Amino acid sequence: MNTDEAREVIARILGQIAPEVDLATVAQDGELQQELDLDSMDFLNLVNGILESTGIDIPERDYPQMQSLDGCARYLVAHSSDRAPGPMS
Amino acid sequence: MPAQRPSMDWPRIVKQLGESAVRPNLVDYERSCAEFTWDDARGALDGLPGGLGLNIAHEAVDRHASGPRAHHVALRCLGRHGEVRELTYSDLRDATNRFANALEALGVQAGERVFVLTGRLPELPIAVLGALKRGAVVCPLFSAFGPEPIRERLERGDGRVLVTTEVLYRRKVEPLRATLSQLDHVLLVGTGDTATSVPGTIDLATTLSAASPIYEIPATSPEAMALLHFTSGTTGAPKGAVHVHAAVIAHHATGRFALDLHPDDVYWCTADPGWVTGMSYGIISPLTHGVTSIVDEREFDARRWYQTLQDQRVTVWYTSPTAVRMLMKAGREVAKEFDLRALRFVASVGEPLNPEAVAWGAEVLGLPIHDNWWQTETGGIMISNYAAVDIKPGSMGRPLPGVEAAILRRDEKGRVVVRDGEAEESAPGEEGELALRPGWPSMFRGYLHDDERYRACFQAGWYLSGDLASRDADGYFWFVGRGDDMIKSAGHLIGPFEVESALMEHPAVAEAGVIGKPDPVAGEIVKAFVVLRPGNDATDELRLELIGFGRKRLGAAIAPKEIAFADDLPKTRSGKIMRRLLRARELGLPEGDLSTLEVTQ
Repeated sequence: MNTDEAREVIARILGQIAPEVDLATVAQDGELQQELDLDSMDFLNLVNGILESTGIDIPERDYPQMQSLDGCARYLVAHSSDRAPGPMS
Repeated sequence: MPAQRPSMDWPRIVKQLGESAVRPNLVDYERSCAEFTWDDARGALDGLPGGLGLNIAHEAVDRHASGPRAHHVALRCLGRHGEVRELTYSDLRDATNRFANALEALGVQAGERVFVLTGRLPELPIAVLGALKRGAVVCPLFSAFGPEPIRERLERGDGRVLVTTEVLYRRKVEPLRATLSQLDHVLLVGTGDTATSVPGTIDLATTLSAASPIYEIPATSPEAMALLHFTSGTTGAPKGAVHVHAAVIAHHATGRFALDLHPDDVYWCTADPGWVTGMSYGIISPLTHGVTSIVDEREFDARRWYQTLQDQRVTVWYTSPTAVRMLMKAGREVAKEFDLRALRFVASVGEPLNPEAVAWGAEVLGLPIHDNWWQTETGGIMISNYAAVDIKPGSMGRPLPGVEAAILRRDEKGRVVVRDGEAEESAPGEEGELALRPGWPSMFRGYLHDDERYRACFQAGWYLSGDLASRDADGYFWFVGRGDDMIKSAGHLIGPFEVESALMEHPAVAEAGVIGKPDPVAGEIVKAFVVLRPGNDATDELRLELIGFGRKRLGAAIAPKEIAFADDLPKTRSGKIMRRLLRARELGLPEGDLSTLEVTQ
C-alpha cells in the first residue's frame, strides 16, 4: 500500500464515522481526535474499520502513532505487508 | 432491563485491616454511620474568617494557602506535549484571587453565571474557584458538546461570562455568538505564550496578569447558589441543577469516606470537567483535603495512563467503568510493564461497574475497584464501597454516613406506591426505585427556572432518583436499570429528547426515536430510529448525512453513533414515542405490555 492508497482507506472509514468532515480542510498533521471531533468510541471504530478493510490489526500500544491523518497513513504504509490474512479492500 | 442485572454470585472481596499502609478513614461502617452528623462534618471545615459564612473556594484553597500546606502542590497539570505545570496552594490562591478581581472589574455580580468550556487545563480550576470567590455561579460545559447543546445551556442558564479556549470558541461559539443576548464577556485561553486577539473576546492570561493577587472573599451564605450543572431529561429541555456553597461539606465528607483521601495523597480524577464528577471530585473535594491533584489534559490512552499512575506515584484514583473496560481491552500485559505500587485506592463512577471489572482490578492492579453511585442532583457520592469494607462485586455498596437511602415499591405504571402519606419500601432483593431522604448538604436546591420539574422529583418525603435498584439482606445496593429512557454512554447521561429534537430539525426527518443500545465498552451507545418525510429515500447517503448532521449540532459525545430508518415508530395513545419498545426490539427482548400502544396502519 502506498501513501495515497492509505489515505484513501482512511478517508473512506472516516466518511462513515464523521461524514460531516471535509478531510481536505483538515490539517494532515493536526491532532485527529480534536480536528475531527472524534470521541474514544469513534477512535475505536476507526481502528476496527482499518482492521476490517485492510486486515491490519493495530495493537493498543501503537495508538499514539495514529494521532494524526499523516500518522495513520504512515502507519498503514509501514504495516501493510504484515497484515493478518483476512478481508482485503 | 434484566439483561443488565449483574450477577450476585461473585465471591465477596474480603478486606483485612492492616493490608493498607495508611489507616482508612472509615474502618467500622456501622459505627461511622451511627456517629456521623452533618454538623460535625461542617466542623471539619473552617468557614470564612470573621464568621462571614461558607464559601467553597475558601475551603478548597485559601485555608490551605494561609496554613502549613501553603507550599504543598495543589495541582500538577500534565500538558498535551508532556509539559508539567505545578501550582501550590499559595499559587492557586493568588491565581484565583486574580480571576475574582478580573470578574469584579468586568462588573460581574454575585449570583451571575460564569460558564466554563475547556478541557482539563489549569485555567479551568482557576476560573471555577476564582468565580466562586466572587460569589458568581459556575456552570461547566462539556467540551465535546456541539454548538446546539452549548447555546441551549448558555441561554437557559443566563450565561453572562464564558471562559473557553480559542479553538473551542472559533468552532463552537463564534458562529452563534450573535444569538446569545445575555453573554457579555468571553475570556479566552490562548495557545502558547501569545495573547489571543479574537474579536469580541478578552485574553485571559493578559487579564489575569494585570489583576491584583489580593482578594477578600465577601460574606457568603451557605445557601447561596454556587454551581449549576445541566442534566438531560427524557422530555423537554436540559435541566439546570442548582447547588449551593454548603455542598462543600458533602464534597469534603464524601472524599474522606468514599475516596479515603488523606492529606499526603496524590489523587487523580479522570472525569471530564464538563460533568458533575469533574467538578465535585475533579476540583473541589481533593482540594478541600489539601492533596495534590493530577490534571491530565490528554484523552484516554492505556499505556500513557499506566505511565501516569506510575510516574506521578498516584495513590488514589477515581475513574470510570468505560476507562476500566478499555484498560481491560488493552490487555494485562500492558499493565505489567508498570510499577503501580504507589496506588492505594481505586474507585469508579458513571455507570455500574461489572463484577468482572472489579475482579480484574484486584488481579491486574492489585486492588479491587470500588464502585459508587450518585447523580448530578445529589452533588456528591451517596452510595459507595469503602477501603476497609468488604466488596460484593457488581454492587454499588452501601449509603455514606449521613445518607439515608431506600428502595421504594412501584406500581405497574412505574409510580412509587404511597399509603397514608408514606412510601412503601421494597423487601430485600425486590426491585424498586432508589430514593434518598433529603437533607444532605450537596442536594440540589432546584432546577433553574423550572420549579415544576424540581417538585416532581420528590414524593412522600423522598428524593426519587429515577434509577431502579434493589437492596440485599446485608444492606448492599444493586443497580438494575433506569426507570426512564435516559441513556448512559461512557458514564454520561444523555437525554433522548435532546437528540431527537436535533435530528428533527433536518428537513428529511419526520420523526425520530432515540435509545441506548448496549455496548461492551461504553455501556450504551446512542442509536436513532428515523422516519423520513415523504419524498425522501432511505439511502446510505442520507443515513450518513444524518449522522454528520447530528455530530455537527450535538457533538461527538451525544450524537447518534447509529441511525436506522423505520417506516413508523411505536407510540402510546397519547402520541409519545415508546422508546422502551424500540429498545426491546433492538435487543430482541419480549416487548411486554402493549396495551397502551397505538395501532399503526
